[in-house]
Amino acid sequence: MSGIWVVLEERDGRMGRISWEAVAAARQLGEQTGAPVSAIVIGAETQAAADEASARVTGRVVRLQHSLLFPYTADGFTSALEQFFRAEQPAYAVFPHTYQVRDYAPALAARLGQVLIGDVTGITEGPEFTRQLMQGRLNGTFRHTGEGTCFLSVQSGAFRADTAGNGNAEVSLFAPVLEAAQIRTRPGECFRASAQTVDLGSAQIIVSVGRGIQEAENLPIVEQLAQALGAELAASRPICDSGWLPMERQVGSSGQTVSPRLYVAIGISGAIQHLVGMKGSQCVVAINKDPDAPIFEIADYGIVGDLFEVVPALTAAVNAIKQ
Amino acid sequence: MKIIVAIKQVPERDAQVRINSTGGWIEEADLQWALNESDAYALEEALQLKEKHSGEVVVLSAGPGRVGSTIREALAKGADRAIHVECNDLERHDVVGIARLLAAAVGPEKPDLVLTGLQSDDFGHGQTGVVLAELLGLPHASLILHVEKTDTGLLVKRELEEGWFQEVALPIPAVLTIQSGGSKLRYATLMGIKRAKTKEVRRITASELSVAPGQVVILDKLSLPHKQKSTQILAGDAKEAASALVEKLRFEVRVL
Repeated sequence: MSGIWVVLEERDGRMGRISWEAVAAARQLGEQTGAPVSAIVIGAETQAAADEASARVTGRVVRLQHSLLFPYTADGFTSALEQFFRAEQPAYAVFPHTYQVRDYAPALAARLGQVLIGDVTGITEGPEFTRQLMQGRLNGTFRHTGEGTCFLSVQSGAFRADTAGNGNAEVSLFAPVLEAAQIRTRPGECFRASAQTVDLGSAQIIVSVGRGIQEAENLPIVEQLAQALGAELAASRPICDSGWLPMERQVGSSGQTVSPRLYVAIGISGAIQHLVGMKGSQCVVAINKDPDAPIFEIADYGIVGDLFEVVPALTAAVNAIKQ
Repeated sequence: MKIIVAIKQVPERDAQVRINSTGGWIEEADLQWALNESDAYALEEALQLKEKHSGEVVVLSAGPGRVGSTIREALAKGADRAIHVECNDLERHDVVGIARLLAAAVGPEKPDLVLTGLQSDDFGHGQTGVVLAELLGLPHASLILHVEKTDTGLLVKRELEEGWFQEVALPIPAVLTIQSGGSKLRYATLMGIKRAKTKEVRRITASELSVAPGQVVILDKLSLPHKQKSTQILAGDAKEAASALVEKLRFEVRVL
């Protein structure tokens, strides 16, 4: 049992930032164990990705390549990585916590008799792994026991990608044995539901509304604040799920990622799926009746109170200075 | 079509969760409990599939006695019968341990389809459905918003990141993890609530299923999250707090 292996994930032909964040997390484990960090690139064509990875890690880079590894399927990825990990027996396998990883890494770990520690936000001595519970209200400290590889996936934004250092790792090829019949699912093309007409990504000010608004009929009070501030209106997932605002106004892991100068979160508790979409905002204001709501952990300014009183008061105060 | 829906009872969304005296779990006394949100969507999807294609919907839940109320709620919404895996220390099982319990209960039922929510609102591992598929040797698809039955199996709509979607075809039997928001949830009718009382709930214990707690990954302790920023809480009544905030936004943040 040795070695720390990061499974990198390509998006649109390039490694996503979250893959380098996973490398940074792996490096933190490496400092504890003394092991170098190696990387796996996986797909039908992996040369370019391997070159990119080679410059970023100090251990090895392995190209896990097979024509059946594109497009992504859980069956293909699980089987290919299972073969490699059985041969390599790493101490740690580190993944970026993406939708794709969530689709196969739990099964991969289980197949190897292990349990994935998912969505990790911190690594401390031990090592012990921190992840959030109860919709971000509590942190849990988790520990891997027994023999075998410790599997973990790291949350987007939890580790700093720019600490992923420079390397010149040796690249080798690993050809897994895969049969077409093993792939039980047939994925289609990816598509977007509708043309995106709202570009929240370039908005300077965003007023965002969550479950606390209670009913669609109450939305005008936040619309009025958005208008007063010259802001785009956005929402957390439940609001869009209920059809109160269109999906294209959704901020979070399944919606848009935003980083405005000002983000006003109204009646949003701050589940992690929402926070990953807006925590890059320069200034966050939270208005919520629950003083323990996780949104206050990342807010610069907070008002604990009834949004039905606070928001109209805020709209009036903003309008007053504009007169 | 025989569909099993694995559901979980979790603390109600607005419940004040507190760490218990040992620091290892939450204080369960006085907590309000509810059906996990994405599991409610999984149940809805199952009931709609049954309405279109006929068959049977069986709900499956693991946990202590209190879970019975959530099972009744699912039966009242239209599930035909239920299996309750009695387990008083569910929080001590790791993800694979819980999936083993569920798999042991699902196996003999030989369903055409197993549905579950994509993530629980308590532990939030988001792994149970995928691991369950692995243990049952079935294909799976995750983050599903819509399920359509075809001549050869299923065509599902899968959510990807940043507003993208994908259709995936897969054979049955299969396991799907359902994302919230794909359909509109129904309420239990009075008739449904009445009928639920007579529906079968089969109780089996974890030891009858010969499943030991999974202990590969252990939750050592719970703690309150560290604040990532020092939040300035603006006090006073609504009007005072609003004026204080406007001052900050004007002169400190300079966005107004």
